[in-house]
Amino acid sequence: MNPAPWLRALILGGAIAAGCATTAGDKEIADQASTVLKASFKPAGQAGLDRLDQDDTQRACSAAAGKPLPHDVAAQIEQANLATIRYPADGKLIGDWRNGEKIAQEGRGKQFSDDPNGPVGANCYACHQLSKGELSFGTIGPSLYQYGKLRGNSAEVQRYTYGKIFNSEAFAACTNMPRFGYKGILTEQQIKDVAALLLDPASPINQ
Amino acid sequence: MGEPMKIRATLTGDTTEVKVLMNHEMETGQRKDAQGQTIPAWFIQTIGVTWNGKSVLSAQWGPAVAKNPFLSFRFKGGAKGDKIIVRWVDSRGDQRTDEAVIA
Amino acid sequence: MKPSTLLAALAGIVVASLVWAQASTTDEIAKYRAALQDGNPAELWEARGEDLWKQKRGPKQASLERCDLGRGAGVVKGAYAELPRYFAGADRVMDLETRLVWCMVQLQGFNEAEAKKTPFGSGSDRKSDLEALTAYVTSESRGVKMNVALTHPKELEAYRVGEKLFYYRGGTHDFACATCHGEDGKRIRLQDLPNLMTAEGAQKAYTSWPAYRVSQGELRTFEWRLYDCFRQQRFPELIFGSDGAIALTMYLARNANGGVYDAPAIKR
Repeated sequence: MNPAPWLRALILGGAIAAGCATTAGDKEIADQASTVLKASFKPAGQAGLDRLDQDDTQRACSAAAGKPLPHDVAAQIEQANLATIRYPADGKLIGDWRNGEKIAQEGRGKQFSDDPNGPVGANCYACHQLSKGELSFGTIGPSLYQYGKLRGNSAEVQRYTYGKIFNSEAFAACTNMPRFGYKGILTEQQIKDVAALLLDPASPINQ
Repeated sequence: MGEPMKIRATLTGDTTEVKVLMNHEMETGQRKDAQGQTIPAWFIQTIGVTWNGKSVLSAQWGPAVAKNPFLSFRFKGGAKGDKIIVRWVDSRGDQRTDEAVIA
Repeated sequence: MKPSTLLAALAGIVVASLVWAQASTTDEIAKYRAALQDGNPAELWEARGEDLWKQKRGPKQASLERCDLGRGAGVVKGAYAELPRYFAGADRVMDLETRLVWCMVQLQGFNEAEAKKTPFGSGSDRKSDLEALTAYVTSESRGVKMNVALTHPKELEAYRVGEKLFYYRGGTHDFACATCHGEDGKRIRLQDLPNLMTAEGAQKAYTSWPAYRVSQGELRTFEWRLYDCFRQQRFPELIFGSDGAIALTMYLARNANGGVYDAPAIKR
C-alpha cells in the first residue's frame, strides 16, 4: 500500500528527525562513555592510563562496531596500517620455529599483573589451532594448521606472513588480531620465530 | 576452632546419605608464594562421622584432597531426627565439630 | 594385511581419535563441571554472607537488615534480578556491590574506603566481606527471571554508556569486550565464550555469576569478572564500583532479561 504523499512526507520527516535526534544522542553518549571510561580506571603495574587513549584505527573500529564496516573506511584503515610495517633490515624473515612454538604458547606479556621484565608471548593458541598435537586451542581465529604446507615458502608468502603478524590491520580492517609488531608486543626476532613456526617445512604445524 | 561446615543428611528407604562441605584451605605444602617461598602445608588429616554416637565413617586425608572439600557417603541405617556429628582434625592440630539432624 | 595398509588404517584411527578427542574434550569438561555442582563451596560464602547481613556491626552497631536493595528496606528475595537500578537517595545507578557499600556506610557507619578495602578475597587470611554478602544476596534471587528496568533516564544512560564501553577497543592489543564476546560459537583455548550481544548469550553468562572459581579457590563476583577481563585485555585496573563497572553491568544484566537466575554457581 502506497501512503499518500503528505503521509510519506510526515513519516520521512519523522524518520529524519528521529535519525538526527539519535545521531546527536549517539555522539553525546560516545563522549560520555569516554569520560566515564577515563574516570573508571587507575594505573596498575605496567599499565598506565595512556593505554586508554585510542589511535585512529581503534577509534574507527570502536565506532563501527556492531555494524558492517563501510568499504572506504576499511580501505583507509588498511592503507594507514600497511604504511607502518617494518621489515627486518637483513632481509631474513624466517627465524627458529622451536622458539616460535614457545611464543605461540606463552599467554603472558603486557598485563598489569605481568612482570615488565618477564616473558612476552603472542598467545596464538588462545585464538588459533596451530600444531596438531596441541588440543587446547581457541577458535576466535581460523585454524593455522598446515599454514606453510598449503601456501608454500615463496618470498611473497614470507612477506605477507611477517607483515600480517607485524600489523594485521593492514590486511583486514578492524580484525580481532593484535598488531604484534606495530604495538611493540613482540620483538623483530620473535616475529621471525613465529613466521618460522608457520612456514618452516620442519615446523610441527606443517607435518 | 576451624570454620563451620555445612552438613546435610537425608534418609531414603533404609539408607542415609550424608553430604558435608568443609571450609579448609587444604594447602599441599608444594606451592610457592609470589616471593618464591614455600607455603607451608596445612590440611585436614582425620575425619570422624558418628550417628547416634556410633562411628559410621572414619577417614585419613592427605594433601591430595582439594580446597574446601566436599565429602558425600551413604550408610545403612538412620531415622529422621537422629543426630549426625562430623569432626575433623588438621595438620596444625586445629579441629572443627558440627552436627546435623537426619531429615 | 600389507604393512602400508595397516599403517594407513592406524593413521586413520589416530586421526579419528584425535578428532574424537577434540569433540569430546569440551564435552568431558562440561561433564566434570556438572559433577561439581553438588557441594558447591559457594555455599560457605552464602552462609558467611547471611551472618554478616544479620550481624550488628560498625560504629553504629547496626545490621544490614534495613538495607534497601531496590525492593524495599530489608527485602533480599529477588533483589539481584532487578539490579543495577537507580537509587534516589544516592542519585546514582548502582550495582549490588556499590549498593552494599552504600548501606554499610549509611546504616553501619563504616567509611567508604574501609568498606571497599577488600573487594576480592584471597585465602582464609584475607577474606572479603563484600564477596560473602554478594553470595548471600544473589542466592536469594535463584530461580527468579532477570528483570532489569530502564525506566529512569540515568538507567537508560548507564545502559547506552555500557554498550559503548563494550565496543571500546584499546590497550596494547586493541581488545574490546566485543573481541571475544561478539560472535556465536567461539572459544578461547578450551573455554567457551558466550556471545554477550545476544539475549541468549547474555542470559547464559550473566545468570551464572557470582561463582566459585575452582582454580582460584574463591567465590568471584561480577565486579571481579569485569576487573579480570580488563586485566587480560591489557587495560589498566578497573576501579571497583566505578561508573564504568556499573554501566557495563547494566548493559549485560539488561541484555540477560528473561533469563532465569541460577547462581552462585561453580566454574573452573
